[in-house]
Amino acid sequence: MYEFEYQKPSSLSEAASAIKSADDGSLLAGGQTLLPTMKQRLASPSDLVDLSGVPGLSGISVVDGNVVIGAMTTHAAVAASADVKSNIAGLAKLAGCIGDPQVRHRGTIGGSIANNDPAADYPGACLGLGATIVTNNREISADDFFVGLFETALDDGEIITAVRFPIPEKSDYSKFAQPASRFSLVGAFVAKTSNGARVAITGAGQAGVFRVPAMESALNGDFSAASVGSISLPSDDLNSDIHGSADYRAHLVTVMAKRAVDGCG
Amino acid sequence: MPITVSMTVNGKAVTGEIEPRTLLVQFIRENLKLTGTHVGCDTSQCGACVVHIDGTSVKSCTTLAVQVDGADVHTIESLADGDTLHPMQEAFRENHGLQCGFCTPGMVMSAVDLVKENPDPSEQEIREWLEGNLCRCTGYHNIVKSIKAGAAAMRG
Repeated sequence: MYEFEYQKPSSLSEAASAIKSADDGSLLAGGQTLLPTMKQRLASPSDLVDLSGVPGLSGISVVDGNVVIGAMTTHAAVAASADVKSNIAGLAKLAGCIGDPQVRHRGTIGGSIANNDPAADYPGACLGLGATIVTNNREISADDFFVGLFETALDDGEIITAVRFPIPEKSDYSKFAQPASRFSLVGAFVAKTSNGARVAITGAGQAGVFRVPAMESALNGDFSAASVGSISLPSDDLNSDIHGSADYRAHLVTVMAKRAVDGCG
Repeated sequence: MPITVSMTVNGKAVTGEIEPRTLLVQFIRENLKLTGTHVGCDTSQCGACVVHIDGTSVKSCTTLAVQVDGADVHTIESLADGDTLHPMQEAFRENHGLQCGFCTPGMVMSAVDLVKENPDPSEQEIREWLEGNLCRCTGYHNIVKSIKAGAAAMRG
């Protein structure tokens, strides 16, 4: 790991100015992706601005039909939260199958979605539930947030403070995990919301998480596993690597979507 | 630029002047000379480096020492009371829950954290919990058996 300057601001505005004035700074949340990346020298930020000293960025609350999760809330906290389990079962399940227990104790929701790894789990929940990403400057709808491979709508130095998930009627997440890393080879998040069904697929797409409109309209007609079972995706824009070909991933999309619909109960 | 960190490790207040890039596991092994915590893969996959920070298990190779400034850290060295092994350590000894022993400190620290959350884990729950702990001797069968016995002993 190359050298860097470490800063631990104690307020959001201090954090914003620290990251702005840094040469080539990175925000540090749980560090479960950033630190391994830095150890491999794939990233070499001049400054790390640690958000763990900023008050108010952790915690889960239920406000006006939404579950609001602070950006620095760990995966373990989301998985164990009674509020999340009772209101958005699919989200609690998803958080509980990220990485391994030790990673879940440090990794955060804000860090995960800011990174937008195409095989990460949380982007699936954000898009599948139609979440709103709250930053220090504005609110961004999940539909606009995930722009591409490791790319988001965040401006340089913009800091995610919370994610607001509208409570759906029901939801579930079904994941085919890459056997070594436990990242999703394909993960399907399905939700039945007051505005209709949503289906988001992570792990499969070359440009990261995406929705499947054909499956959503089928589910709006008949919310059953059978209605998505006959819909298969073209494999053109899907990832292909040593873990699975694009055709295999396309097949998994349908299987995982069916399981997630079933899992909604 | 070196910075000062202070934390409690195994009940003792410690302070160090370190570079910010110092990993917690480096601080523990090289500054504090507590070499029970191992570095296996150094890529946060194997879990040989698991320690407890404020009561929960984490990978000390994927945590900067500066991130835990002020925290309460426990390593494998904190478990035994003199010559008396912790019930989980004793269970690993009794059940031969190790082959070469390299992964054992991480396995034991991970197991102790599991039992805190789930005092009577099933075999399936133990195996799922060990997702982040690898044994390259593949001695999982006895490790799982040890954790089951250790959990029973910790329940008393």
